[in-house]
Amino acid sequence: MTAVPPPLDVDGLLRDRRTRIIVCCGSGGVGKTTTAAALGLRAAAQHGRNVVVLTVDPARRLAQSMGLTSLDNTPRPVPGASGPGGGSLHAMMLDMKRTFDEIVEQHADPDRAEQILANPFYQSLSSGFSGTQEYMAMEKLGQLRRSDTWDLIVVDTPPSRSALDFLDAPQRLSRFLDGKLLRLLTAPAKVGGRAYLRVLNAGFGMVTGVLTKILGAQVLRDVQTFVSALDTMFGGFRERADYTYQLLRAPGTSFLVIAAPEPDALREASYFVERLADEGMPLAGLVLNRVHELPAARLSAARSLAAAETLQAADDGAQDGAGGHALAVAALRLHAGRMELAASERRLAEHFTAAHPDIPVVRIPAQPEDVHDLDGLAAIGESFLRA
Amino acid sequence: MPDFCYQPSDFSGRRGAPGGRGAGNSCPGGNCPGRPAGKRRLPPPQRSRAPDSLEKVRVRDTDWEGVRLHVVTGKGGTGKTTVAAALALALATGGRRVLLIEVEGRQGIAQVFDCPPLPYGERKVAVAPGTTTRPGGGEVYALAADPEAALLEYLEMFYNLRHAGTALTRLGVVDFATTIAPGVRDVLLTGKAVEAARRKDAGGYRYDAVVMDAPPTGQIGRFLNVTAEISGLARVGPIRAHAETVRKVISSPATAVHFVTLLEEMPVQETLDGVAELTGLGLQPGGIIINMVQPPLSLPADQLRATAHGAVDTAELAAGLKAAGIDDDGRLAADLATELITQAQTVTAAKAQRRRLAGARQPRYDLPLIPYGMDLAGLYRLAAALREQGAA
Repeated sequence: MTAVPPPLDVDGLLRDRRTRIIVCCGSGGVGKTTTAAALGLRAAAQHGRNVVVLTVDPARRLAQSMGLTSLDNTPRPVPGASGPGGGSLHAMMLDMKRTFDEIVEQHADPDRAEQILANPFYQSLSSGFSGTQEYMAMEKLGQLRRSDTWDLIVVDTPPSRSALDFLDAPQRLSRFLDGKLLRLLTAPAKVGGRAYLRVLNAGFGMVTGVLTKILGAQVLRDVQTFVSALDTMFGGFRERADYTYQLLRAPGTSFLVIAAPEPDALREASYFVERLADEGMPLAGLVLNRVHELPAARLSAARSLAAAETLQAADDGAQDGAGGHALAVAALRLHAGRMELAASERRLAEHFTAAHPDIPVVRIPAQPEDVHDLDGLAAIGESFLRA
Repeated sequence: MPDFCYQPSDFSGRRGAPGGRGAGNSCPGGNCPGRPAGKRRLPPPQRSRAPDSLEKVRVRDTDWEGVRLHVVTGKGGTGKTTVAAALALALATGGRRVLLIEVEGRQGIAQVFDCPPLPYGERKVAVAPGTTTRPGGGEVYALAADPEAALLEYLEMFYNLRHAGTALTRLGVVDFATTIAPGVRDVLLTGKAVEAARRKDAGGYRYDAVVMDAPPTGQIGRFLNVTAEISGLARVGPIRAHAETVRKVISSPATAVHFVTLLEEMPVQETLDGVAELTGLGLQPGGIIINMVQPPLSLPADQLRATAHGAVDTAELAAGLKAAGIDDDGRLAADLATELITQAQTVTAAKAQRRRLAGARQPRYDLPLIPYGMDLAGLYRLAAALREQGAA
């Protein structure tokens, strides 16, 4: 028995004014950014929504097609994105360092902000920390939502080591910045009292000793300077992370898990679906990209291959190229191979649905070429409708 | 092929042009029983064409002679982990021992080899076939490198501090050092691969080669450029010194960074950007491994071009179907024509991407699309393809 998933009504989701945020997540290379752009375009052009698409590191030509030329943290109108619905489409690319700097500038007085921005530890943290991009993407989402300028925000999540990083990174960073370790590190500076130090002494001595051994004394000094400069912002980070987390769980937010019919991508999708359920995050369904759908699927792979071999044999036996079924042989061989591929894709999708029978699925056919203009994005939008 | 890629220090090996060699030496796709480790190192066999020669001439050269650490990167979705596993198998062919390391904590290797999740320890996951000249089977070991475990190991190795591990973990120091402090995590992971590649036991190097399933192309420069990442943070100090050591190996001819790509615009662009980035950082780009290559359409060039533009003689197709005894329901020929047109467009676009890749001037290898889905048999097929083309 094969499991048939309920259909995912993407147009219904886009049309519904109560949908305020759509988060596209999934592993790398499955077409997340393209899907986010196609969703935004369709919502604006067909359903009259005022949409902003927040992307992280899109492919160059896709970015150009949306009128984006640089990371500048500013939503730019996408030219030519109008349609019968009369909505509007903006797009922006995330500049994570700039976003982090803005938070610092907002929360610290000018002198202190300058001190923080110049700190080597801060500079590494704001451009290098593996979770900073995720954290800043979520921060930006919070800002866009608060501004209330758009009635639909489509978010493309960063290409993480793990698809779950954007859920975890903000918590992890805020846990660190508000955490025990930093309090320990800054304790001497803040307290100065010897009694308090004595209590901490054993633990503190070991920790600083080890950190000095790993990182060197200068790093530790930078961290301490950074933390004491950041003192006024303590609590702020955790608050912000909590706000974003609640935003993701709020009514009006929908998650779409994006996958391609490949083992790795669908495995990540499965993890994601389970994780979202654990966190109580609202999952709308699975977008299965790059599915090979064959117009001549009623002709089986075996039959097609046998026919190709028959014709080939006839051609090989014929004198002077008589017979000449080269075109049909090419078409039949191709069809047999594509049918095998389609069958393996179908098996993978069935495994997913067997494990998650209630998750709605929409299938997007593979495009012969990469999508890099609005027409291509609109065509993907059309397949939401057909599905 | 750039000359700086090799230093045939371990072998008196010759080097040739990439690809096209190794005919007759390709490994059979099947599985061979392993041999006792003591018998692994067979003397280099003599070349059959010159049976009298006493010279120790290697029968078969690969493009990466002298490379001990193979770093494999690629855009998400290109099959980087699968290709890293196939490369490890290919390198292990003929009685060698290879370590495959993953660093992203995804347990991708266990999935590829269809075994339970890997612990932080080197486990044997596969045997490699022998060859006509080296009949012994090889071994692939795997390690899921975990930054926390690597940090504790590092502390123990250099400072005898392992007993402090629990306390450090509880206080969040390990968390801090491995996930928050930028660069520390990366230098620990690359450091682990470098350590394995240089490790020696009684019989010489513990591993003939180490293959690292590295982070995706977009992050590879930052990941490997460990000194720069650390130096922003630590101008002096032990971790900086450790980074310098790691960097020395990563930028030496004993390390090559291979790129896995598909013949699609975005992966190709990332590959070209990655090759340029690594070159700029003074690291050595290795081979470009083109994965999931589709079989060509057996049509003449001009007909292929016409087909890509939508011109297919449906009547000719219908005649062919009839000759083959397939009932056309009136639409079948047209539907098959649609499939042909789509594929002709894909093939044409892929050709253009192949031309762009040629601009990078790195050796290129093709791996076929496995249409029935990737499994162990498919993995051995990819390994054989890599050997046939001289990648291993």
